[in-house]
Amino acid sequence: MVSLSDELIEKFDQKDEVVLGKLLKEVENQTELGFELLKHKAFQKGKAHIVGITGPPGSGKSTLVGKICKSLAQKGLKIGVVCIDPTSPFTKGALLGDRVRMQELAKYPNIFIKSLATRGNLGGLAGSTADVVQVLDAFDKDIILLETVGVGQAEFDVLDISDTVVLVNVPGLGDSLQTLKAGIMEIADLYVINQSDRPGADESVKDLRMMVNESKKEDWKPPILKTIATQQEGVEELIDQIHRHKSFLRNSGQWAKIRQNRHMKRLRGVTNSYITEIVENTMRNDPLIQKRIEEVKRGEIDPFTVSNEIIRHLFQKQLTL
Amino acid sequence: MQIKVVMAKLGLDIHWRGALVVSRMLRDEGMEVVYLGNQFPEQIVDAAIQEGADVIGLSTLGGNHLTLGPKVVEIMKAKGMDSLVIMGGVIPEDDFPLLKEAGIAEIFGPETRIEEMANFIRARVKTEIA
Ligand SMILES: Nc1nc2c(ncn2[C@@H]2O[C@H](COP(=O)(O)OP(=O)(O)OP(=O)(O)O)[C@@H](O)[C@H]2O)c(=O)[nH]1
Ligand SMILES: [Mg+2]
Repeated sequence: MVSLSDELIEKFDQKDEVVLGKLLKEVENQTELGFELLKHKAFQKGKAHIVGITGPPGSGKSTLVGKICKSLAQKGLKIGVVCIDPTSPFTKGALLGDRVRMQELAKYPNIFIKSLATRGNLGGLAGSTADVVQVLDAFDKDIILLETVGVGQAEFDVLDISDTVVLVNVPGLGDSLQTLKAGIMEIADLYVINQSDRPGADESVKDLRMMVNESKKEDWKPPILKTIATQQEGVEELIDQIHRHKSFLRNSGQWAKIRQNRHMKRLRGVTNSYITEIVENTMRNDPLIQKRIEEVKRGEIDPFTVSNEIIRHLFQKQLTL
Repeated sequence: MQIKVVMAKLGLDIHWRGALVVSRMLRDEGMEVVYLGNQFPEQIVDAAIQEGADVIGLSTLGGNHLTLGPKVVEIMKAKGMDSLVIMGGVIPEDDFPLLKEAGIAEIFGPETRIEEMANFIRARVKTEIA
């Protein structure tokens, strides 16, 4: 068990990757120390450009992230990568396979990759993603790439965390457009048709352009790019656009606004999960409440009345964790 | 707490699928398995550091196990990490003592049942956390 000493913080500030790894593990597992860390003043920076990479399963997100990192590393940037894969709801296990597509990054310095399992979190990210990003940002990463799980229709969490959202799709999205139309298509700042070596890429670009032209975003018209990630083709253009979007955010004042919203959402999220935890604890452990719960189970009393009692009971006890 | 495993094929055993199969089975045993594909010791240890691995799993078809296996333990210790290092695949039993002496916690042959491996990991990781 590690504890949060000045020495540890000092090593962290000196860019000790072993310490970074250990601290991230605490944060990933949402331990006491992890929360101490997230409250520490050395961990409040918010300077990194956070780029979410999302899109359907197998579209090439990891391959693309690998190529983007390679190029950025050659330019001397410090990079954090967070890859999220789904947890099996049945076994609670997960196979985190994104690193296989990034093998060549092992020889570049200043790239730190962390894989996270969703652990029951819906929305395309792990519950600890924002926390992990906060720590990587405190480690002075210039840019943090965030690969979501392969998404279908309702995974929007990446929006809350990212400055720039890249949606990676594949050619022939005529059909998938139908399923994605529900909203996920509207979320991106950049659209990528990857696997453009496969037939139908130009049609897909055309389809996307039509859709983008209908969209309500006024001040930033999302570019549409073709890439072949496996051959590093189109990757430089994509990087240029990612940088251009960052400049746009900065110049338009949205950079600060995004951060304000993010802090607000985080406050709300953290508060809600604290309260949920307190409520769950009480419902599990308080004998008086337990008795009432049994009555609700038997249908002798309605859940609304007992719910009110639980809340009243909690406020009387004063909320403590 | 969830057990995190970093699994790699040692060196250049490209055609060896065992590592991926075992990764899937450990996932089904409830672990989080980061699969690296083929990597060399230095990179495996770096990945384990980044991922906060409780366990490093090394898979090999043999040939390189006596050099590369112990190398992983050596680099790991030099960097101040203390993950449990296990090996699997095709390794002659005569070499087991040497590997264990070098700090490999256990070696699993191709016939090993997955429950056996999973139980070994759970027992060892739990005592180390406690
Ligand atoms: N032909 C072709 N194949 C590609 C291209 N980019 C990626 N692939 C292949 O597509 C497959 C999936 O790539 P990944 O990078 O793992 O895709 P992903 O979106 O990260 O997948 P998940 O994380 O599972 O959702 C791999 O076999 C890649 O080699 C491309 O531009 N052209
Ligand atoms: Mg991937």
